[in-house]
Amino acid sequence: MTAIIESAAPIVVPPLAKSPGYWTGVWRRFKKDKVAVGAGLVVLAIILMAVFADYVAPADPTRSSMLRRLRPIGTPGYPLGADELGRDMLSRLIHGARLSLFMGVVPVFIAFVFGSVIGVAAGFFGGKFNTITMRTVDVFYAFPSVLLAIALSGALGAGITNSLLSLTIVFIPPIARIAESVTTQVRSMDYVEAARASGANALTIIRVHVLGNVLGPIFVYATSLISVSMILASGLSFLGLGTKPPTPEWGLMLNTLRTAIYVQPWVAALPGAAIFITSISFNLLSDGLRSAMDVKG
Amino acid sequence: MLSYLAKRILYVLPVAFGVSVFCFLLVHIAPGDPLTSVLPPDASQAMQDELRKIYGFDRPLPVQFGLWLLKALQGDLGTSIATGRPVAAEVWRAVGNTLLIALLATVIGFLLGSFFGFVAGYFRGSFLDKFASMLAVLGVSVPHYWLGMVMVIVFSVQLGWLPPGGAGPGGSAAWIWNWEHVSYMILPAITMSVIPMGIIARTVRALVADILHQEFVPALRAKGLMDFGVFRHVVKNAAPTALAVMGLQLGYLLGGSILIETVFSWPGTGFLLGNAIFQRDLPLLQGTILVLAMFFVGLNVLVDILQGLLDPRVRRR
Repeated sequence: MTAIIESAAPIVVPPLAKSPGYWTGVWRRFKKDKVAVGAGLVVLAIILMAVFADYVAPADPTRSSMLRRLRPIGTPGYPLGADELGRDMLSRLIHGARLSLFMGVVPVFIAFVFGSVIGVAAGFFGGKFNTITMRTVDVFYAFPSVLLAIALSGALGAGITNSLLSLTIVFIPPIARIAESVTTQVRSMDYVEAARASGANALTIIRVHVLGNVLGPIFVYATSLISVSMILASGLSFLGLGTKPPTPEWGLMLNTLRTAIYVQPWVAALPGAAIFITSISFNLLSDGLRSAMDVKG
Repeated sequence: MLSYLAKRILYVLPVAFGVSVFCFLLVHIAPGDPLTSVLPPDASQAMQDELRKIYGFDRPLPVQFGLWLLKALQGDLGTSIATGRPVAAEVWRAVGNTLLIALLATVIGFLLGSFFGFVAGYFRGSFLDKFASMLAVLGVSVPHYWLGMVMVIVFSVQLGWLPPGGAGPGGSAAWIWNWEHVSYMILPAITMSVIPMGIIARTVRALVADILHQEFVPALRAKGLMDFGVFRHVVKNAAPTALAVMGLQLGYLLGGSILIETVFSWPGTGFLLGNAIFQRDLPLLQGTILVLAMFFVGLNVLVDILQGLLDPRVRRR
C-alpha cells in the first residue's frame, strides 16, 4: 500500500494543520471570561491558603488568651481581631478554610461518582430498572436539601463523619437525575444505535460512547453544588451538628461568636464573609465552566 | 385535564409513601435506642422493657411502621419524648408560624426577583442586565444564616430600628397584627426572601429573553402594538412558569427555614427541629420532618395542577 503511494508522482501535501481539540476550545473560551478567571484565581488562592495554613497563619489558631478576648479588627498582633476566647481570628479563618473546602468538595465528589453510576445505569438500561431507580430518587428529591441534611444529621448525631455522610446522601439524587436525563438523550443517538448494530456490548457502549458525552454536563452541574455543600456543611456546624470545638471551622466559628454581636459585631461576622466569598467564587467559576464547555440547561 | 390530574396524583402517591418510610426509618438509623435519651442511665432491664412496650419499640419493624402510618394518617404523630405532649399539636402551631414568614418572604422575593429578572431579560446585555444577574448570583451564594446575623448587626445592634429576634411581647400564642408584632417578622422575612429572589430573577430573565425571541413578538409589533402591549403579552407567557417556581420556592423555604429561625429565635418548625435534635427527641424530629416533607410534596402537586390549569401546553407533556 505505502509502496504504491511512494512510487506515484510526488504530491505536494499541504502541512496538516492540527485541528484544535475540544479542551483547547474550552480553555480559549474560558480565558476570555474575565469574571470566571478572577473567580478561579480566588478559588486557587483559598485552596493554597488551606493547604499551607501552617505556614501562612501568623499564630496558632487554638492558642487562647483570656486577657485578649474579643479584640476589634486592627488590634496590633491581631489583624482581624480576636474571638471569644482570645484566639487570633486571621489564623482561625485561614485554618478554617481546610474543613470548609473539604466539606464543600468531598461530599459532592462522592455524590458525583455514585449519582453518575446510578443515573447513567438508569438512563442506559431504561425500562423497569429506570422506573424503580428514579422513583426511589424522587423520594429523596421530595425533601428540600436543607431539611434532608438536617434530618439525617439530626438522626445520626453530631460529628464531621455524619455531616459528610448526610451531605453525600443529599447530593446523590439531584446528580442522578441530571445523569439520567442526559443519558436518555444520548442513548437515542444514531452513533449509539450504530455501535449496538456493530455488536458492541453494553459496557463498551457506555464506556466509549455514553460516558464521554454525559460526564461533561454532569461534572458542570456537580461543580455548581460545591457552594451549596459548603453553605450546608457550615450551616450544620452552625447548628452544632458538625465539627466540635476547638477545631476552626467557619460555620462553628459563626455559631460561637453569635453571642458576641453586641460587643464586636464585625469580628463576629467575619467567618460568614469567608463562606460567602468562597461560595460566590465557586459559583462564578462553575458558571464560567458551563458557558466555556457549552453545556445547556 | 382530568387525565392530567389523575396522572399527577397517581405519580405522587408512591413518592408520599416513600417519604413516610424514610421518616419512619429516621428514628431507626439513629445510633442507640430511641429511648436512651429519656431513660436514666441506671434504669433496670424490667423498666426498659416496659417503656419499650409502651412506645411499641418491641415489635418487628414492618408492624411498627404499619401502626405508625395508620396513626399518622389519622393525625396522631405520637408523643414527644421530652415534653410528653402530642407531637401533632406542637408541629401544627410551629408550621403556622413558619408559614407566616415563609409566605411573606416568598412574596417579597417574587416581586423583587420578577422585577430584576424582567429588566435583565428585556435589556439583555446591558448594564442593567449585568447588575441584575450579579444580584441573582449573590442571592444564591450568600449563606443566609450569616446574612441574618449581618441584618441583626446593622438594623438591631447598630441602628436599633428593629428587634433582633423572638416573636413579640405575647410570643406566638398571643399574636396580634400590630406594628409591635409585625416588626419582629421583618428581618427574618427579608433575610429569607433573598434565596427565592435570586432564583426567580434567573428564571424570569431566561423566560423573558426566550419569549422576546419568539416569532409572535415581531408579529405583535408589526400589528402596531406599542411597547406596553408587547409587555402584557410577555408577562402572560412568562407568568405560569414564574408562578410555578415561586410555589416550589415556598416549599423550599418552609423546609429550609431552620437556620434562619435559629438566628432570629423565631418559634417555627426550624426552632422545633432544633429542640428535637438537641434533646434527641426522635418522635418530634420524625413528626416535624414528615409534616414538612408532605407539605412540600403536596405543594409540588398543587403547583403542577395550577400550571396545568393556566397553561394547556403543560398538560400535553
